[in-house]
Amino acid sequence: MYQIGKIIGQRVALGALTLWIVSIVIFAGVQFLPGDIATEILGRSATPEAVAAIRKSLGLDVPAHIRYFQWLGSILQGNFGTALANGRDIAELIRPRFINTLLLALSAAVISVPLALLGGIVAALYRNTIVDRSINIVTLASISFPEFFVGYVLILFLSVQAGILPSMSDVDSSTALVDRLIAMALPSLTLAVVVLAHMMRMTRTSIINVLGNQYIETARLKGLPERRVLVGHALPNALAPIANVIVMNLAYLITGVVVVEVVFVYPGLGQLIVDSVQKRDIPVVQACSLIFAATYVVLNLIADILSIVTNPRLLHPK
Amino acid sequence: MIKLRDIPLSAKFGIIVIIMYVLTAIFAAQLAPYGEADIVATPFEAWSSQFWLGTDNLGRDMFTRLLFGARNTLGIAFVTTVIAFALGATGGLVAATFGGWTDQILSRFVDVLMSIPQLIFALLLLSIFGISIPSLILVIAVLDSTRVYRLTRAVAINVTVFDYVEASRLRGEGAIWIMTREILPNIVPTLIAEFGLRFCFVFLLISGLSFLGLGIQPPTADWGSMVRDSATLITYGDVTPLLPAAAIALLAVAINLVVDWFLHRASGLKDD
Repeated sequence: MYQIGKIIGQRVALGALTLWIVSIVIFAGVQFLPGDIATEILGRSATPEAVAAIRKSLGLDVPAHIRYFQWLGSILQGNFGTALANGRDIAELIRPRFINTLLLALSAAVISVPLALLGGIVAALYRNTIVDRSINIVTLASISFPEFFVGYVLILFLSVQAGILPSMSDVDSSTALVDRLIAMALPSLTLAVVVLAHMMRMTRTSIINVLGNQYIETARLKGLPERRVLVGHALPNALAPIANVIVMNLAYLITGVVVVEVVFVYPGLGQLIVDSVQKRDIPVVQACSLIFAATYVVLNLIADILSIVTNPRLLHPK
Repeated sequence: MIKLRDIPLSAKFGIIVIIMYVLTAIFAAQLAPYGEADIVATPFEAWSSQFWLGTDNLGRDMFTRLLFGARNTLGIAFVTTVIAFALGATGGLVAATFGGWTDQILSRFVDVLMSIPQLIFALLLLSIFGISIPSLILVIAVLDSTRVYRLTRAVAINVTVFDYVEASRLRGEGAIWIMTREILPNIVPTLIAEFGLRFCFVFLLISGLSFLGLGIQPPTADWGSMVRDSATLITYGDVTPLLPAAAIALLAVAINLVVDWFLHRASGLKDD
């Protein structure tokens, strides 16, 4: 147990270090601006006095490394500064949208994870048959589809032709839970389709890898039905790689949401970052990138830790 | 040599589709009935013999823009992938050949770049450098070269331990010779398959960015932005906006089918 605690401790420390470096990268990126935010706001033809004044009011007249620590310090206290475009508080702008995005990703995960496990197990059970081949071709195809293609196809069939679900999902904090779920149905379905194929393929591969082991041979030789070999012997040993794949795909959901939110006009963090890039509202882009990157790092960390704690060789060291 | 009849049906289909896309991209100007950005009719005209796929939100011919889109989208994705490979493969070879501190510095640098999701990093960099085709190509090439670096380094390190590499070192060959004459020829098959996958990925990323309005800018025809511009038609049950998206999807499927077969062959696996 001591050993595993040490390994996890190391991973967490590494994760924290990564986060810190990511914050430096995101901060330092802006230093490459031709000119700086001040000239960006005022335009190239601004007088030097005006630029100096706005630089002072933005605190740009202090050296970069001091500004970095001020910036990091206020972010750790939940203060992201104000948006250039409308002067609103960025933290307030982000909070409701971040919750929306998390809800979207969560519901996509709820749909896709069980389906991926089921599909992967079925493909492994009937491997090299027509069932497996067709699952293989369908998943290969849907990996290659851009998110907006999946989104619009679903809109065409489920919303325009069948008329079951709304194609726009404009929700706000006052929307009732049922309405919210209905509005979120198409975007979460789209996201689920996008990550489903990958998870399914990985589940199949990891189960088939486990099936090559000798204890599976033993289980077969002692006369167990194939189903029990798969569920009782192969699946528990394939859980670690599968858990890893699932968390990694959840990390992928983070970037998937950006496009999907734009397709369905869903008021999440992804839409905010796209709008802000268009307006070149750099403080908002920085704040959003930091949140996305932090979620990504944390999810990868969880995947790491999961694969450690589900590895029996590490749990019971000799 | 590969015999034509040994190629599985799926890979044959993929190869044919890819060839057709390349031909379309090359001969777009000859095939298209109108000019790339010409406004030829009123916005959103229906399909007709004059405008095969109707017109877009500004009254430009959809079919024409679809053809030119092949040239622009594929061309930009291709250039980006080539730059990403030049950067990534060189870095990977250098790291594998020299090892030690060179390897450490390059690898940790790549780790940092990879710890931020690619699309988010691309958005951050595009908001800093502004949206233009050169900055789009460079930003995505640099971000994507990290994947190429990792793969090249991993396969190249496996080759560096062979005796013939050691022998060439003892012979006093220079680092460039070792990289290009001893290591590179042995990792080319892996790199070719990876090129297909990376191209596919870059192509999807650029289309995605264009769809978001942050990639290739009008009036240049591009599949991602074409979907964005005509998306409102979907709500009237018109499938036209899906065509550019389907063009993207079909090419990505075709590349994946070919790469799948190529990897299968290269890894020496036989069908059972």
